[in-house]
Amino acid sequence: MSGLTSFLSAMGAVIWKDLRAEWRSREIVSAMLVFTLLVIIIFNFALDLQPNIRAGISAGVLWVTLAFAGTLGLNRSMAVEKDRGCLDGLLLAPVDRAAIYLGKALANLVFMLLVALIALPLYGILYNTNLFIPGLLLTVVLGAEGYVAVGTLLASMAVQARTRDILLPILLFPVAVPVVVAAVKATGGFLAGLAWSEIQPWITLLVVYDVIFTSVAFMVFDSIVEE
Amino acid sequence: MLQKPKLLTVLDVAAIAFFVAATGLVFFYAPLERVMGAVQKVFYFHVAAGWVGMLSFLVAAVVGIIYLIRKDMRWDFIGVAAIEIGIAFTMINVITGAIWARPIWNTWWTWDPRLTTATIMLLVYFAYLMLRSGIEEPERRGRFSAVYAIIGFLSVPLTFFSIRLFRTIHPVVIGSNDPGAMGAFDMTPAMTQVFLFSLLAFTVVYFDLLWHRIRLGRLAERVEALRLKVQS
Amino acid sequence: MSALITVRHLVKRFGAKIVLRQMDFTVETGEFVALLGPNGAGKTTFIRILASLARPSLGEVWISGFRLPQQAAAVRRRLGVVSHQPLLYGDLSALENLQFFGRMYAVPALARRIQEVLELVGLSARQRDLVRTFSRGMQQRLAIGRAILHDPDLLLLDEPHTGLDQDACDMLDTALKQVATRGRTVVMTSHDLARIQDLASRFDVLTAGRIVSSRAAPDLPRDGLLAYYRQTLEQQRSPNGGGL
Repeated sequence: MSGLTSFLSAMGAVIWKDLRAEWRSREIVSAMLVFTLLVIIIFNFALDLQPNIRAGISAGVLWVTLAFAGTLGLNRSMAVEKDRGCLDGLLLAPVDRAAIYLGKALANLVFMLLVALIALPLYGILYNTNLFIPGLLLTVVLGAEGYVAVGTLLASMAVQARTRDILLPILLFPVAVPVVVAAVKATGGFLAGLAWSEIQPWITLLVVYDVIFTSVAFMVFDSIVEE
Repeated sequence: MLQKPKLLTVLDVAAIAFFVAATGLVFFYAPLERVMGAVQKVFYFHVAAGWVGMLSFLVAAVVGIIYLIRKDMRWDFIGVAAIEIGIAFTMINVITGAIWARPIWNTWWTWDPRLTTATIMLLVYFAYLMLRSGIEEPERRGRFSAVYAIIGFLSVPLTFFSIRLFRTIHPVVIGSNDPGAMGAFDMTPAMTQVFLFSLLAFTVVYFDLLWHRIRLGRLAERVEALRLKVQS
Repeated sequence: MSALITVRHLVKRFGAKIVLRQMDFTVETGEFVALLGPNGAGKTTFIRILASLARPSLGEVWISGFRLPQQAAAVRRRLGVVSHQPLLYGDLSALENLQFFGRMYAVPALARRIQEVLELVGLSARQRDLVRTFSRGMQQRLAIGRAILHDPDLLLLDEPHTGLDQDACDMLDTALKQVATRGRTVVMTSHDLARIQDLASRFDVLTAGRIVSSRAAPDLPRDGLLAYYRQTLEQQRSPNGGGL
C-alpha cells in the first residue's frame, strides 16, 4: 500500500469512527444545537433590535453563535479520546500522526457545518431574511474550516492540561479573531448584496488564514501528542 | 551559572544609562509639537515599547521552533522570558496609547488597528501563560508553549490586516504629509533623532531584562532539582 | 542483535525527576517476561517507552532490530498493547471497534480476522453490542483482541488484571495463554503474583528505576514467587544489599 493510500485510509477511518460514534450518542451535535438556540434567543432579547437593524447585526450574531458552539464541539470531540485513554490507542497505530489530525479536524468540521445547516434556516425564519445565498454558504465553509483547523490543534493541547474546560476558548478566541472578523464582514456583505469586489478582500483573508493555519497545525500536531 | 556574569552587570549599567539619556532627550531636546503639545512626547516611548513587544514575541516564536526541533530545555526558558517581557512592553504600549488618545480624540479608547491588535496580542500571550500554568510536566509544557507561541505570532499580522480593513484612525506617523489625517504630524529631524534613540534605548533595556528573566528561570529550575534531591 | 528487545542504559527524566536510571533489559523471542515491582518503580513508564508512547531521555531501545524512537512507525506495526485502560470507544460496538483498529493497522482479510479474534476472546455472541454496555472484564478481553488483531510479534501488557473479579481474571488468563502460545513474546507488568506465576517464563523485578533481579521460572526459590519478590525488595532496602 503506498504511503498516500494508507494515509487517506487512516484519515478516513478516523472520520468514520467519529461520525459513527456521534451518530450513536448524538452528544456533540445536540449540545451544539441547544446552545445555538439559546444564544439566538438570548441575543434577541439582549439586543432588542428594530427589524431593519436586525438584518445588519445578524451576521455578527450568527458567527458569535457558531464560534461558541464550535468550542463546545471541539472540547467534546477531544475529551472522548482522552477519557478512556483512546488517544493512546490512536497513537499506537502505525499511521502518520498528521492523518489522525486531519481525521479529527474533518470530523469536527462536519459537526460544525451540520450545526450551521440547522442554524441558518432558523435564523432565516426568526429574522425574516434568506440566508441561503451561495456566497454566504461559501463563507460559512471557509470560516468553519479555519476555526476548526486551529481549534482541533488547540483542543488537543487543552484537553491534556489541568484547566481543560476553560482553557480552549481562552486559547482559541484571540487567535481566531481574523477568521471571525473576516467571516462576519463577508457574511454581512452577502446579506446586504454588496458587490463582489467589496467582499473579495474578506474572502481572500479567509483563504489565506485557512491555508496558513491548516498547514502549520498539520506540521506541529505530532509534537502535541507525543510524549 | 550561579554567579552573575560581569557582562550582565555591564548591560545593567548600559540599560540604565540609555534609558535616562532617552528620557532626558524626550523632555529637553525634542521640540514641542505644534498641534498636540506635550502629550505627543508619549509617542516616543509608545512606539518603542510596541516595537520591543513585537520583537519579543518574534523571539518567542523563533525559540519555540528551535525547541521543537532540539528539545533542549534552555530554549523554553528563553521563550517564557520573552513572552513575559513582551507582555510588559505591550501593556506599556497599549496604556501609553490610551494616554495619548485621550487629549487628542477625547476618548480613552479608539478601536484603531494597531492598538486593537496590540490588545488582542496581549490576550494571546496571557492565554500562553494560562496554558503553561495548566501543565505540570516541564517537557510537555515546553512543547505546548512553543506551539502556541508560533501559532500566536502567526495570527498577529492576520489580525492586524483584518482589523485594518475594518477601520482606521491611527496616526500615520512616518512619512505622511497629509495634514488631514487625524493625529498625524511630520517629524522634524530632531524628533527623528529622539525617536530612533528611544528605540535603541528600549531595545537595550529589553535585552537586559530578558537576560535577567532567563537567569531567574534557570535558577528556579535548579532550586526545583535540589528540592527533589533533598526529598528523595 | 538477535534478541527481540534490547534496552541499554535507558534513562527517562520528567523534568528534574529521574524515573528510569540506566536500565538494561533483554528479551528473546518467545519469552513471557513478568515485570514486578512496587508502585512508582517506573513499570508503567517503561512499558510506555517500549510501546513507543514515550521517548527515552537517554540510552538505546531496540525492538525487532528497529530503534526507538527514530523508527517508531516500523515498531508499532509489530506491537500489541494492553493497558489498564481499555482504549476502546464506548459508543461503538465491539465489531465496529475492531473494524476501526483493523483499518488503522491495515489488517488484510479483516472481516475474517475479526471473527477469529472474537472467537478467541469469547466475545462472538456480543459483537454487535456497544462497548459501554460491557463489563470491565469483557472490555479487557476485547482489548486483548484489539491488541492481537494485526498479529504482532510482541505483546505489552500493563496491569491488565486491574479492576477485574476472579471470573474475569480467569477468562483473561485463558485468553492470554492462548495468545502467548503462538510464538509471541510477551512482557507484562502485574501486581497479581499468584496469577502471573502460572503465566510467565521469567520474572524481573524493577525497583527505583532499575531492573535489580531476573529469574527464570525453573530457578525460582522453593517458596515460590512471592518469596523471591519479597527477598529481592528486602535486599534493595538494606544497606548491605545491592545498592542503588
